[in-house]
Amino acid sequence: MSHEAVLHGDAHGHDDHGHHEHHDTFLTKYVFSQDHKMIAKQFLITGMVWAVLGGLMSVLFRLQLGYPDSTFPFLEDLLGKWGKGGRITPEAYYALVTTHGTVLVFFVLTAGLSGTFANFLIPLQVGARDMASPFMNMLSYWFFFAASIVMLSSMFVETGPFSGGWTAYPPLSALGDASPGSKTGMDLWIISMALFVVSSLLGGLNYIATILNMRTKGMSMTRLPLTIWALFFTAVLGVLSFPVLFSGFILLIFDRNFGTSFYLSDIFVNGVGALPNEGGSAILYQHLFWFLGHPEVYIILLPAMGMVSEILSINSRKPIFGYMAMIGSLFAIAILAFLVWAHHMFVTGLNPFLGSVFVLLTLLIAVPSAIKVFNWLTTLWRGNIRFTPAMLFAIGFVSLFISGGLTGIWLGNSALDIHLHDTYFVIAHFHIVMGVASMFGMFAGIYHWFPKMYGKQLNNTLGYIHFWVTIAGAYLIFWPMHYEGLAGMPRRYYDFSIWESFKQFGELNKFISLVSMIVFMVQLLFLFNFFYSIFKGRKLTKQNPWDATTLEWTAPINPGHGNWVGEIPEVHRWPYDYGKDGVDFIAQTTPVGADESQH
Amino acid sequence: MTMFLTIAVVVLIFVVIFQIAKASEYVSVLKGEEVSRKQNNKINGLLMVVFLVLGLVGVWYCNELLYDKTLLVQDAASVEGARVDSMLWVTLAVTGIVFIATQVILFVFAYKYQEDTNRKVVFFAHSTKLELIWTVIPAIALTVLVVIGLRNWFLFTGEPPKNAMVVEVTGKQFGWIYRYPGKDGSFGKKYYKNIDNASNSLGLIWDDELAQDDIVMEQTVYLIKGKPVKLVLGSRDVIHDVGLSHFRLKMDAVPGIPTTMWFTPKYTTNEMKELTGNPNFVYEISCDQMCGNGHYSMKGVIEVVDQEEFDAIMAKQKPYYYTAFPEKDPSAAPADTSVVASVVSAVVKKIN
Repeated sequence: MSHEAVLHGDAHGHDDHGHHEHHDTFLTKYVFSQDHKMIAKQFLITGMVWAVLGGLMSVLFRLQLGYPDSTFPFLEDLLGKWGKGGRITPEAYYALVTTHGTVLVFFVLTAGLSGTFANFLIPLQVGARDMASPFMNMLSYWFFFAASIVMLSSMFVETGPFSGGWTAYPPLSALGDASPGSKTGMDLWIISMALFVVSSLLGGLNYIATILNMRTKGMSMTRLPLTIWALFFTAVLGVLSFPVLFSGFILLIFDRNFGTSFYLSDIFVNGVGALPNEGGSAILYQHLFWFLGHPEVYIILLPAMGMVSEILSINSRKPIFGYMAMIGSLFAIAILAFLVWAHHMFVTGLNPFLGSVFVLLTLLIAVPSAIKVFNWLTTLWRGNIRFTPAMLFAIGFVSLFISGGLTGIWLGNSALDIHLHDTYFVIAHFHIVMGVASMFGMFAGIYHWFPKMYGKQLNNTLGYIHFWVTIAGAYLIFWPMHYEGLAGMPRRYYDFSIWESFKQFGELNKFISLVSMIVFMVQLLFLFNFFYSIFKGRKLTKQNPWDATTLEWTAPINPGHGNWVGEIPEVHRWPYDYGKDGVDFIAQTTPVGADESQH
Repeated sequence: MTMFLTIAVVVLIFVVIFQIAKASEYVSVLKGEEVSRKQNNKINGLLMVVFLVLGLVGVWYCNELLYDKTLLVQDAASVEGARVDSMLWVTLAVTGIVFIATQVILFVFAYKYQEDTNRKVVFFAHSTKLELIWTVIPAIALTVLVVIGLRNWFLFTGEPPKNAMVVEVTGKQFGWIYRYPGKDGSFGKKYYKNIDNASNSLGLIWDDELAQDDIVMEQTVYLIKGKPVKLVLGSRDVIHDVGLSHFRLKMDAVPGIPTTMWFTPKYTTNEMKELTGNPNFVYEISCDQMCGNGHYSMKGVIEVVDQEEFDAIMAKQKPYYYTAFPEKDPSAAPADTSVVASVVSAVVKKIN
């Protein structure tokens, strides 16, 4: 259908789809759209809703951690029996922590990030009218939407949402009698995640097919912008690892509902007695989970890396340094991502030899990561930097990636991990390197491509405030947590007051909670800027507002379904000709001149 | 009421910030987009170094405030833990240098190479030499760390010394059960279906004679200073984790799959009270694996004592067998329940 529309559009040279009323009802344009740009916006806005909910959850449980002895009457109004007497109950606390993790990792930083930018950028940057299968693409969003609805509805069941941590380790996640959250809440959690996996696979296959098959004339693989390379590896990781998670979930469903013993053995539950299951391995689930779980970290991180590479180069007015090395390191990271999963399991009683192999492979990842960092720094060197809000967030990403990446060297070394595992040190590490850093990548992407998405401009001043408060806040929240970890303070504790070893951080916890509230407020300011600018923002007047070389800026300011009016432009060069021969930038569509220097 | 007030204030601040931001847009139109863009560029460039300086000061200040609250102030409480600490310092040195160097470079470059109409950008896209340098140097640094790490890893996960005592630690929602092998030095068999909270919390098989002298305790477990101890870990229900932050070790307790860990306590609990200057000091076992709603309160206590004290404490313990079968306890008849060591050993001999 879309191709007909495109051909039709081509023949008449219209980019205004007002001429195709028979195709564009409200329902097909805004709801069941097959236009990759609209689907990208749907992913983005759904992701934003989840980011707000997930962020709000973290503010609520930070309230408990910061002020364990205070009561807040509004909590009872908000949470009912879960906030009895103005205090969050342990059940509610664990439900909040679990949902915060699940939602931020999968719904915001996977669907919200990949879903948005892979959909938006792949066709526009490789020069395609749309995805390889626009229909599958639409399904991908609606599976995600269904997953969202199911996850949301799990918040409202009698026994509460799942509360055993986002990793959902059995036996805790398998036994409703061991934790009320593992009853109906867990069923809904698994269903939601299963739908989510389907969504990821539909999306991922589409991204790979589009990148491999639908590049425009002249767009060889080595002329692709690094965003596309990063999104390509991300999709490959997802397609190869999500099915393994899915199989892990299937076995969990069997253990929960059909009396099998894949993960269960030798269990006596208080109040119920001994269970019949024997011979299963609880550790098996962890292998299946982390076989996705670790690549998942890179599924979250790689798109951010790609966009940051692009934005750093554009705003430094310099080519990205070491384009081939950047692709090579992405490739190395993608391969290694599959070979390091057991570093999450150093304290499970893993065979020590196997553990040592995982140490080696884990620390090996630091090499391609170091290459990327040094290449980014060299890209800035002797550039001519424009501090757009996108550029600020890209620089912030590099800073956070360094800070969080380096603590990975501590945790990846098993002997040290034995001490730091499951402490606040880990929380600090992965929030900085994966959570906040990827969030920064996402913000950078939104600020950079917002004009392309909506044909409007975001307010820069609000962007600057957003950036400076957020980066300062992120460090203020997570930097001191390293010290809590060095005191051995465990993760996922509702209250530390009974612990002689951990209760010395009361004041610090209060401070962290306070900062997290301020940072959350500033994110609302960003959201306001976003939605206000969609409707009331200043209209974009330049087709290429950032003086960039890539194809998306050759499309009309408000591209219709099909992206380009007339022929798709042909590509003649790589996307990083900035400052070449004294010329500010040369678009990919410009043919190579006779007297042009080689690089 | 305060609630509404807070919301009102927050909304007000929002509106003010938004109005300022909107006004700045109009100003930029009046001044000329390009002029105001360049001004903003200067401000943000300056903020880059300001952030760097404040950040580094903040790192130092944070350390001043919090260092004393970590475990780094005092010695590790186990011989093996000292190795963890030294490894930690080496890793900190390596990553610390890289951290400072790269962050300084990042923000200084950002400041120094901010837009300047007079600067001509260098078209510098590739340099094999540079790229080789920053592939090889991190690789060498990491190799050193891996070698140190793996030597420790194989020590920690390897066999404990021959003279090690063995204690079994079993997790349950939400507490710990400890078992000593008793006089015979061997644990009796157990089967989880025998578990009964009142009289057989571990499901010991009473027909197994080795089980009949096993000593079972809750809350506090006693270890001996200077004597290596091997802990055999298990769980009755879900996965728990024996977290021993003072000894710098931890290990999961998994239902159905026994795991082990070993270490050598270096200081008695009383010595640690003096070393830390904290009269309330205890070695705590924290559950470090999410195990349910009571996870945060799943606390155990280790008391490290010297050999003599340990023997005296053990002498007072009755085999768990007598809890299940009080009628078989020869010392049950007298009103005085405290059992003298010699009586116990005599009883054990008789049973055997």
